[in-house]
Amino acid sequence: MAAVNRTARPGELLLLTALGAALFFGGWQALAASDLVSKQVLPSPLAVLEAGWTMTQKPFAGNLLQAHILASLQRFAMGFGLAALIGVPLGLVMGRYRVIDDAVSPIFEGLRFIAPLAWVPFAALWFGTGIGGPVMVIFAGAFPPCVINAYRGAQLVETRLVEAAQTLGARNVRIIAEVLLPGALPSIVAGLRVSAGLAWQSLIGAELIVVSAGIGYVMVQGQSNLSPAIVMAGMLAVGAVGLAIDVLLRLAERTVRKRWGHVA
Amino acid sequence: MKNIAFEDVTKVFPRGGGTFTAIERITLDVAEKEFVAIVGPSGCGKTTLMRMAAGLEFPSSGSVSVGGRAVTAPGPDRAVVFQQFALFPWKTVRDNIAFGLKCKGASRAEQDDAVRKYLELMGMQGTEDSFPHQLSGGMQQRVAIARSYAIDPDVLLMDEPFGALDAQTRTVMQEELIRLSRFNPRTVLFITHSVDEAVYLADRVVVLARNPGRIREILDVAATRRAEEWDARAIEEVMDLPSFTGMRTHLWKLLREQIAGTE
Repeated sequence: MAAVNRTARPGELLLLTALGAALFFGGWQALAASDLVSKQVLPSPLAVLEAGWTMTQKPFAGNLLQAHILASLQRFAMGFGLAALIGVPLGLVMGRYRVIDDAVSPIFEGLRFIAPLAWVPFAALWFGTGIGGPVMVIFAGAFPPCVINAYRGAQLVETRLVEAAQTLGARNVRIIAEVLLPGALPSIVAGLRVSAGLAWQSLIGAELIVVSAGIGYVMVQGQSNLSPAIVMAGMLAVGAVGLAIDVLLRLAERTVRKRWGHVA
Repeated sequence: MKNIAFEDVTKVFPRGGGTFTAIERITLDVAEKEFVAIVGPSGCGKTTLMRMAAGLEFPSSGSVSVGGRAVTAPGPDRAVVFQQFALFPWKTVRDNIAFGLKCKGASRAEQDDAVRKYLELMGMQGTEDSFPHQLSGGMQQRVAIARSYAIDPDVLLMDEPFGALDAQTRTVMQEELIRLSRFNPRTVLFITHSVDEAVYLADRVVVLARNPGRIREILDVAATRRAEEWDARAIEEVMDLPSFTGMRTHLWKLLREQIAGTE
């Protein structure tokens, strides 16, 4: 995000981050403490933290907060993993075979503009509200970036490397596994990061509607208990876990870029 | 062991709205274990000719066959050395050289033997675990040549393999290729735009004309090479021989005519 000519020094960055956070939470606290808004509309940050802390000690909506987070993470892992496992090979194959590209692309291009949440009714209908439904919604969110980035990455792999492999006797499966996959890896990892973000967002959306455990479910229950502090604690948890996922994948992306930096 | 036969080959590419004739009615036979160099101005279709032998392009009319069989696809019986090396950047030197053998299903031990043998031949022992970007251009092209030899091909197709190297490295590589082809003779089709390189390396030099690409002349070097024992001499010595300079001057005149004639 930092453009080339506006990178901050590490110390400066930390200071500015702290300043931004202080302003945000300070403003929020001041607004909540004033008489302008009711506590029922906007709980103070401290009340939210307290609600969150309480949920880690006493079960809410059937589970402790950490168990809810774990339930969400499991669904996330399944949906995201499935999307990566199917999407990346599909993208690579599309990048290799013109025929498959021509057959799949039009349908895919149409489908990917349907918001993941629009799949919720069908997901519930086809796969139920247990594990299958939510996983399908996450899959719908996570799938397109996996396919697109693997596809573009494969197309950017230099033709002469594919030709070299062919002249050395490599068949299609080997060309895909040993030339296109490593060649497209930087693009694939970047796609996975986008995909994980979308998966996590879709998941919370899905949990608002289906399932009986998970952070989204906590928020729905908080809403029906008329407890905005619980809803916001859920939102904070969503943000924190999403950030953690992104940081991890950004690390992976940087590692790949560093090792693969000389490629291309 | 195999020959390469181009029979009345024409290659037309679509270009813009129309077509472009890259090669027109070329007939050429590269005998088994013969080293044929092809020179010509850019745009004369020399790379297209090589790519058709490799099975990476196909003739619009006429036929290309290797060892009596029509070329229908790329295959490890015809190894290609590309100008820009085309090493796999994510594989080590060892894995690059062993790649073709791995495709054949060779055992780990067989792969290691071949890697050791060709690295030694190329004077590159100890670089097994390096990645291509850690090597100089000359070293990278040595690895690419080793990778081609490792699959033990009948035919070697080289597309300006030394074109990306500096002059000194190029000279060293030319000598090494002579040494290698004496030790391990193959049917070679060698594309270059260097007249010196062609005369120094080849048994026959084919001069192409362009627009469309066709054979202008074929010069026989093999008899002189054998009579004067070129392969046993240093490259600078060979390039000073009257026979060598005579052939070089002759080829240069042919090329100059063409460049002047079409521009």
